[in-house]
Amino acid sequence: MGAQRTIYMDHSATTFVKPEVANAMIPYFTEHFGNPSSIYSIARESKKAIDFARVQTAKALGADPGEIYFTSGGSESDNWAIKGVAFANRKRGNHIITTQIEHHAVLHTCQYLEKEGFEVTYLPVDQYGLVDPAVLEKAITEKTILISIMYANNEIGTIEPIAEFGAIARKHKVYFHTDAVQAIGSIPIDVKAQNIDLLSLSAHKFYGPKGTGALYIKKGVRIDNLIHGGGQERRRRAGTENIAGIVGLGKAIEMATADITGHAAKIRSMRDRLINGVLSTISHTRLNGHPEKRLAGNFNVSFEFIEGESMLLWLDDEGICASTGSACTSGSLEPSHVLLATGLPVEISHGSLRLTLGDANTEKDVDFVLEVLPKIVKKLRDMSPLFVKSGKEGSCNVQ
Amino acid sequence: MYSEKVMDHFKNPRNVGEIDNAEGIGEVGNPVCGDIMKIFLKIENNVITDAKFKTFGCGAAIASSSMATELVRGKTLEEAWEVSNMAVAEALEGLPPIKMHCSVLAEEGIHKAINDYRVKKGLEPWVEKNPHSHEHEDMTCQH
Repeated sequence: MGAQRTIYMDHSATTFVKPEVANAMIPYFTEHFGNPSSIYSIARESKKAIDFARVQTAKALGADPGEIYFTSGGSESDNWAIKGVAFANRKRGNHIITTQIEHHAVLHTCQYLEKEGFEVTYLPVDQYGLVDPAVLEKAITEKTILISIMYANNEIGTIEPIAEFGAIARKHKVYFHTDAVQAIGSIPIDVKAQNIDLLSLSAHKFYGPKGTGALYIKKGVRIDNLIHGGGQERRRRAGTENIAGIVGLGKAIEMATADITGHAAKIRSMRDRLINGVLSTISHTRLNGHPEKRLAGNFNVSFEFIEGESMLLWLDDEGICASTGSACTSGSLEPSHVLLATGLPVEISHGSLRLTLGDANTEKDVDFVLEVLPKIVKKLRDMSPLFVKSGKEGSCNVQ
Repeated sequence: MYSEKVMDHFKNPRNVGEIDNAEGIGEVGNPVCGDIMKIFLKIENNVITDAKFKTFGCGAAIASSSMATELVRGKTLEEAWEVSNMAVAEALEGLPPIKMHCSVLAEEGIHKAINDYRVKKGLEPWVEKNPHSHEHEDMTCQH
């Protein structure tokens, strides 16, 4: 044992920065470092670069450049979209609809707004993590001002029927926000056709730099500012622009959306081989998320009778980077809220493993995981008192 | 996150397995909480001559089981009863604060196995000096 090389299968957590992206950024640290708000020529270079990145980003979403606002990342974009719309439309109503499987950047923001007098409906999902459009429509009241539903789930990879939600929101004249942090580069997005009013994205999920993101705000949406100060981003988002980061985001989103279908097909083929290999060689496993409507790189699986952190430690020993929905790694006391929302029993949620493939992976990586993972699961099951107890029944049989 | 000692006992756990016809067996924890330990003791003339375990849980839970079984081997039941969760954690060169409950679970597992033996022998079970079970429930798991 002992790591010979690193196999990175945690692309949903973050991605490496592509060399083309890093190279595009470098001049904006060293040469074109001028503050875009200044008047001299090097500052004009900075401004030009930001404008170009705005066009690249808008193009990737089917938006107008004037509808793109750069932020510090997905969390800021989610906070801005939800708090900004909530406070700006308070007189119209105080009801927000979201789901039980959102990222904490959305859930904790909504919980904060509940303390501020807003009412929030957290829609349930089915066993695959899908939100039912009919249930969404029923939840809308006269006081509903915002619907926020993620495009694709970060843990189980389930892709939601966003266009259907958009049509419902439009019909009822309610703003529709989607956290598309996991979707960029994996699913074609068209904010106009899908009736999306606000969309969050983050550069480090598609081979861009960390600390840079964007919020698409459809022209005419009533929204308050989140970051107050200078007049940057057309007076909507204060703070000196992260020029190099914005340039990197622009380059990265252009590359990620150049051939979504072809790229996703390549990743999906590796991912499917991994899924089939694991499910066919290891007993008492369950695929979490939807069998088809899932992100191309996402594989989330539960192994009964074992716990996720011990799996991650052994995988790390083999040089494999992965993540789990078990409580034991997160510092929190509960396993993944997403897995629990799909109805997965708590004890089985503890044994979940997420492998997310991307451009860092090759077919050899899949071979290697398929070689070592069954051994790791066997080793841990051999020392698990639950495995013996359950026999062939395949159930923990404990409430 | 973990000390070298914890990683050693996680990767090379001592005393994994079961003991046929063990004199004392103690099962503690709950799979819903993400950890369950089963301790097996072979007891001869009031001395623990062998100790084994099976554990479902995180790295710290497995390492704590391994260390606890090491610590009680060769001890009299009175001595083994005094092996505290702190002793297990110290022998492991420390545990992260959120993982301290794993050492508590190991202590409880040993105690439960000893009392299982005492009850089978028709003796009064010993009483926990510092009951941890509620602390374990409150601190680590709502279920």
